[in-house]
Amino acid sequence: MLTDIERRELDDALKHYPDKRAGAIDALLIVQRRRGWISDDSLLDIAQFLGMTGDDVDSIATFYNLIFRKPVGRHVAFLCDSISCWIMGYEQVCAQIKKSYEIDLGQTTRDGRLTCLPIACLGHCERAPALMIDQDVYGDVTPEKVESIVEKYK
Amino acid sequence: MERPLTQYIHPDGSPRLLREYVKDGGYRSLQILAAGMAPQDLQRLVAEAGLRGRGGAGFPTASKWSFVPMGSDAPKPKYIVANADEMEPGTFKDRVLLEGEPHGLVESMIIAGYALEAEVGFIFLRGEYHLSAARLTQAIAEAYAEGYLGKPLPGTAFRFDLHLHASAGRYICGEETALLNALEGKRAIPRAKPPYPQTVGLWGQPTIVQNVETLYNLPHIVNHGSAWYQSLSRSKDGGTKIYGISGRVTHPGWWELPLGTTARELLEQHAGGMVNDVSFRGLLPGGASTAFLTEEHLDLPMDFSSIPSQVGRLGTGTMIVLDDHTCPVGFVLNLEKFFARESCGWCTPCREGLPWVARILESFEEGRATHDDLALLDMHADLLGPGYTFCALAPGAMAPLQSALKYFRDDFVRHITLGRCPVNSKQKRHKVLV
Ligand SMILES: Cc1cc2nc3c(=O)[nH]c(=O)nc-3n(C[C@H](O)[C@H](O)[C@H](O)COP(=O)(O)O)c2cc1C
Ligand code: SF4
Ligand code: FES
Repeated sequence: MLTDIERRELDDALKHYPDKRAGAIDALLIVQRRRGWISDDSLLDIAQFLGMTGDDVDSIATFYNLIFRKPVGRHVAFLCDSISCWIMGYEQVCAQIKKSYEIDLGQTTRDGRLTCLPIACLGHCERAPALMIDQDVYGDVTPEKVESIVEKYK
Repeated sequence: MERPLTQYIHPDGSPRLLREYVKDGGYRSLQILAAGMAPQDLQRLVAEAGLRGRGGAGFPTASKWSFVPMGSDAPKPKYIVANADEMEPGTFKDRVLLEGEPHGLVESMIIAGYALEAEVGFIFLRGEYHLSAARLTQAIAEAYAEGYLGKPLPGTAFRFDLHLHASAGRYICGEETALLNALEGKRAIPRAKPPYPQTVGLWGQPTIVQNVETLYNLPHIVNHGSAWYQSLSRSKDGGTKIYGISGRVTHPGWWELPLGTTARELLEQHAGGMVNDVSFRGLLPGGASTAFLTEEHLDLPMDFSSIPSQVGRLGTGTMIVLDDHTCPVGFVLNLEKFFARESCGWCTPCREGLPWVARILESFEEGRATHDDLALLDMHADLLGPGYTFCALAPGAMAPLQSALKYFRDDFVRHITLGRCPVNSKQKRHKVLV
């Protein structure tokens, strides 16, 4: 079951739409914000509320890369791997993350603190390489700066 | 030099709130509309101004509008959607506007709504633009409180509602029909055209999807007229353009300049040229899905009508520079991995062809490629081009590849003859899932 807060937020979003299923993506984002990721149970909670099947909701959940169908760490680092960041050396930043935290792209640290994911151009190409942790964007990232940036996310 | 879109944006990037926006003439355009500019007059004004879409294709905005059914028999509601999905690699111009001048989008959407007698607007914002989301949310709330939204425009029956939709990722959402599916809560697969969104769009209703930067021009056209707007530009398309440059240049950044500024001026005067010890080899003029321009093209005006179609197109106007310390094959490999990952998977040539192209390019970088592989790349560049796929993603992906095969062919051949990448062989490349 969706919690009261989730239901209220979702009702709010649904006001703008002529039908309920239009709220599927909003629902996934709302639930993920509180629960961290979309488990099978969460998926069914959403499906029930919107009058859809679980498979239907899953087909949407698995399409969008900001919806997580696997657990992630307390913080998620999104490393831009697009062209300007490639030119300016995102791979060295990636190597540093791997060294400092023993995770590759797509993995989570053993203590559950940090997941690192690749992401398409973050729209900060003039300050490449760019890294977004949770909702904060960092530009001109160098391998030397990685630890002091990640330090803030416990 | 006038910079209507960005002149008031704070240098530190902080947003301008309602009071400051209004003090500098914000929302004044609505009084001009209310004083008796009919929707048809407004559409004509935009046509005379020569406004062309800034989302990449440069389609004349007023022509796009002309297909929307108007008058009392037209279906209700009609929708305006701001395409704020900015995810074209190398592109960051819409973010500058959204973060720095959020009320500008609200005002622009009201004007577009008025022009098309549309009563509801959605801002389709990419999910990663959290700062833009917060600032737009505040601007929308302020505009409701002040009665610009949700109440009739004084003296008229026109009333506009505006909602923000934060997306959940995927580049294909920027394609306008895929965007409509995403807004309807579905997988973002492009739709067959016709019917076009102007007649059958969001939930089957007439809909206009417009790029953020395109929309921001509207208040200024209303306030100052079409002759003024034309005079801003150095070309036959009206207005200014937010250009940007990234890569190994001295001052990467963005500048609002007359439409038709040359690539050389951008590169040398505004971006300060290449950084020390590095020289210029080429640039993509407007994001990952545009063709390379090289030294011989640098004096072309960067607008929608001066770049010959066999050479390329302006795209988003935010340039990515290739330097001589960067391998052009590796550069294109990075782009094709992006496109392969972002393919929506709906049509076979794109879903299967793009990963194939990426794997071939990888074989060049790893020194395993043969001359047959080069021929395969040429073949794909043709067969994934315009006309063979369901939407423009795959043809866009082929633009940098095909032009790289033309201008940097020697580099491809050297990978084959040397059996390694001449530039990157010492660096261990990082493999990203394709
Ligand atoms: C794969 C793909 C991605 C696109 N992404 C965007 C985008 O992020 N923003 C945008 O404004 N237009 C994007 N477009 C172009 C839109 O389909 C559409 O042409 C544009 O929003 C129209 O606005 P305009 O007429 O104001 O330029 C994309 C097109 C394709 C094929
Ligand atoms: S060209 Fe690619 S992105 Fe476009 S519909 Fe086909 S598979 Fe999807
Ligand atoms: S390419 Fe990395 S932020 Fe644009």
